[in-house]
Amino acid sequence: MVEEQAAAESMPDAGAIDALDRAIIAATQAGLPLVPEPYRQVAEALGVEAEEVMARLRRMLESGVIRRIGVVPNHYALGYRANAMVVWDLPDARIAELGRRIGALEFVSHCYHRPRHPPEWPYNLFTMVHGRSREETEAKVGMIAAMLGEADRGHQLLYSSRILKKTGLRLGG
Amino acid sequence: MKLDALDRAIINGLQGGFPVSERPYAEAAARLGTIEAELIERLERLLEAGLLSRFGPMYHAERMGGGLTLAALHAGPEVYERVAEQVNAHPEVAHNYAREHHLNMWFVLATETPERIAEVIATIEAETGCRVFNLPKLEEFFVGLRFEV
Repeated sequence: MVEEQAAAESMPDAGAIDALDRAIIAATQAGLPLVPEPYRQVAEALGVEAEEVMARLRRMLESGVIRRIGVVPNHYALGYRANAMVVWDLPDARIAELGRRIGALEFVSHCYHRPRHPPEWPYNLFTMVHGRSREETEAKVGMIAAMLGEADRGHQLLYSSRILKKTGLRLGG
Repeated sequence: MKLDALDRAIINGLQGGFPVSERPYAEAAARLGTIEAELIERLERLLEAGLLSRFGPMYHAERMGGGLTLAALHAGPEVYERVAEQVNAHPEVAHNYAREHHLNMWFVLATETPERIAEVIATIEAETGCRVFNLPKLEEFFVGLRFEV
């Protein structure tokens, strides 16, 4: 992950993708075909060579346009019913150091620095913490709080109570 | 659906690193101690059962030149369903979750251009009468890879 980001940051044109890249993205957004030669199938649908599709996917992996290729587990369906967005008010000067430490914990799946909106919203670090029960999730949040010590100037758990919409990210043309 | 050792190995071992090659399933299967056809069948079943929400490349929206943000608002119980409908009606809204907090509606906006984020937020504020808090990612420390079953 660290290497991946460092590589992406050193490439100023990492986001420079062309029409064929976008077509490949659009063709694989719903997922990779479950056939022995999935990249060939994508290539045939787009009227290009399989080698071309593979070369572009490799390049996008290198530049960070593609984070990774693999499975996305459904935490909820796998028994992790208590998934909380946990938000923290941490000293700005220590956010990178602490963010990396929290992000390294195995039960944290996302860890982002986001802006505060005081006074309504004093939090600057967002994490997703997964547990099979609220007790388990809260115990994990307690471990993070203990690790942070004085740097934890306040945190809150926001459980999701309902999915109102879930279509995934879509990319036009 | 009951998971066996191979299902677990697939979920734990295939969260990244799926090969880009002529026969990627055969290659990945060999690493997991199985064969191509078995891996394909297992992935089909896990996806169908909803235990996997997706299988394929994960794209980094901001690196594709688009805009992406997390936004939140408060809607009172008497207007909540109407506001949810108004928010969801925007194609730029990718997910929307009800959460237990004063800010009780949280949604992800993905737009073709970064500038469009502010426009969509302004439109949602005008339509719903709710103040929208824009919480774009400033820095990313980790995005899941290690989920274990």
